[in-house]
Amino acid sequence: MDLNFSPEESAFRVEVRNFVGEKLPAHIRDKVTNGVHLNRDDHILWQRTLHQRGWGGPGWPKEFGGPGWTPTELYIFEEECAAAGAPRLISFGLKMIAPVLMAFGTPAQQARFLPKIMAGEEWWCQGYSEPGAGSDLASVKTRAVREGDFYIVSGQKTWTTLGQYADWIFCLVRTDPAAKKQSGISFLLIDMKSPGVTVRPIITLDGAHEVNEVWLEEVKVPAANLIGEENKGWTYAKFLLGHERTNIAGIGIAKRELARLKRIAEAEGRLADALFAARVAQVEIDLMALEITNLRVLSAERANKAPGPEASILKIKGTEIQQAIAELMMQAVGPYALHFGQQDVGPDYAANLGAGYCNLRKLSIFGGSNEIQKNIISQMILGL
Amino acid sequence: MNFDYSEDQRALQDTVQRFVARDYRFEQRRAIRDAEPGWSREVWQGLADLGVLALNIDEDYGGLGYGPQETGLVMGAFGAALLLEPYLAAAVIAPALIRRTASANFQERWLPDIATGASIVVLAHADARQAPVTEIGGNLSGRKAVVAHGGCADLLLVSARTADGGTGLFAVTSGAEGVHLRDYPTLDGQRAADIILDNAPATRLDAGGAAEAIDAALDIGLAALCAEAVGIMDATIAATTDYLKTRQQFGQPIGRFQALQHRMADMLLHLEQARSMSYLAAMHCTDRNQAARQRTLSAAKVTIGQACRFIAQNAVQLHGGMGMTDELILSHWFKRLTAIEMSFGDTDFHLQRFARLSRAA
Repeated sequence: MDLNFSPEESAFRVEVRNFVGEKLPAHIRDKVTNGVHLNRDDHILWQRTLHQRGWGGPGWPKEFGGPGWTPTELYIFEEECAAAGAPRLISFGLKMIAPVLMAFGTPAQQARFLPKIMAGEEWWCQGYSEPGAGSDLASVKTRAVREGDFYIVSGQKTWTTLGQYADWIFCLVRTDPAAKKQSGISFLLIDMKSPGVTVRPIITLDGAHEVNEVWLEEVKVPAANLIGEENKGWTYAKFLLGHERTNIAGIGIAKRELARLKRIAEAEGRLADALFAARVAQVEIDLMALEITNLRVLSAERANKAPGPEASILKIKGTEIQQAIAELMMQAVGPYALHFGQQDVGPDYAANLGAGYCNLRKLSIFGGSNEIQKNIISQMILGL
Repeated sequence: MNFDYSEDQRALQDTVQRFVARDYRFEQRRAIRDAEPGWSREVWQGLADLGVLALNIDEDYGGLGYGPQETGLVMGAFGAALLLEPYLAAAVIAPALIRRTASANFQERWLPDIATGASIVVLAHADARQAPVTEIGGNLSGRKAVVAHGGCADLLLVSARTADGGTGLFAVTSGAEGVHLRDYPTLDGQRAADIILDNAPATRLDAGGAAEAIDAALDIGLAALCAEAVGIMDATIAATTDYLKTRQQFGQPIGRFQALQHRMADMLLHLEQARSMSYLAAMHCTDRNQAARQRTLSAAKVTIGQACRFIAQNAVQLHGGMGMTDELILSHWFKRLTAIEMSFGDTDFHLQRFARLSRAA
């Protein structure tokens, strides 16, 4: 047993740190480190910067133009990016649809879509959830009917994160309404500019426009945009969810936010309060433990050991920690956390803390709610 | 980075697990607990024969010169078996302390005997609040409180306030005049003693730096305690999983009920976080930088202490009435986990120490 990074990994960390230090634009870094929402241009600028360095597809194998990093190298990369205040990778293209295309796409689909994801030229969004299909994803109702070389798609998707920026959406659609729940689903790629696609914003409790409804009204989709076989979509959907979990623990982000919490608490004199200091200590300790747990999972992945309930453990604890930090930051500034949307009241660092706290309640709901994760864990250990 | 144990380490773990499976079944332990002196010299000799008493002693003094990782493997197995013998006190902490304080002569005299099981040496550190142990003219007076396994020691390593206001470490023979032992069972079935010293003859061991040396030895002990806790929690969760799969109510195994499933998932979360911190504690417990070391060990003890409480309480809850019985080993794991949370500084103590050391860093 050896808990240290190898010399090569440590050198790689320095390489990433130097690159991010040199190339990350200050206005993006300032937004990220102060909890301000990024716009589309910010994300794309950073993706293109990474692409120029050959790092546009972190986590991708070399055969598809990625750097071919190990899980540990990918972890180091994301941790360094987060610590320096770089935008988090937009996962819908890079970490969700890309692995599906690599595993199940045709060579033509791979050639058409993968390079543009890596180059930051096309933005993807996820068409999974529907008003009647949340945790129970297999009850999707959006219909796709085959007519010649096309599917005609009608239905409604929801909670579509950053769908307002998206060029493409990958959708779970029902192609066989007579079949049992999971077996009548197909996986379709839909151009957001197609006639019949309408994006409507959903404003969340923090006042932000992050998620959307996507309405599909008799949208004509080329049959060539079907992934794999018709009615096998559930297999690909599950595969995608398995890949979504890289960086699911969010260690780097949590470390950066913890440092921000400590700065704010120190400035407010709150660390002299033993009770508040103990609360900060508790979350810092939980994060230390999760960091090691995460490294254990990476180490097991490298040895190709069968995945246990670890991803669910990382998701639950990682989101609880990030939520706890946001809550403590809000608590630290007291009443100034309550003002909403003003930039010139109270200390600068207080400006987004109330909204940030509100926004992060999403963490324990999305990506499989934490209760669903506990179902998964108990299924794995009890098998009942 | 690598979280696997080596072949040698696995072999050691196997050896110890085989020993407790054969010679330390729950009924055997119960018989040992219920008879005086509450532990077994025969078992102790068996452990000496296996070589595990020599684990933490340098090869120069007849030991094996292993470290915290191997100790953790052994402690995990002893934890699940609920060993009553003074392994942590006599085979982990005492050798670490002697190595850090005593002269070559003293080490030569005692370490080989510890390795062979011929002598049991135990640290007596925590003072009774009203009567701290003080040195006057080379002799010690005062009272040590709840000294784990103090009653079985041939030799006590006693910390005492010295004339110059510092801390010294002294060797006191248990049978010496002026040494009174009050030996009693603790909640977890182990033994502890209050030690009353009345002008007892003592030999000073250290040449300064006793307080730091005691802290360093206790940190090695704390890492071992964390590994013991993880061994117990592994066993507790395995037993609880088994119970949820077999116990039938309302015509089905109770593990089908989501309220119980989620408790089980929460227990597993605590366990894996505790396991991670146990590894970290083993890695850092011998670091020289005291503040950094104590910060890490405090973090480990908080995580493990909280896991001990949560897993122990919920394992009993999920076992229902059976969890309340003395008959099942589960209630004995519960009591040992309770004791571990309260030993070497409880969760509140370590949470505050961590906060203080984090701010100073």
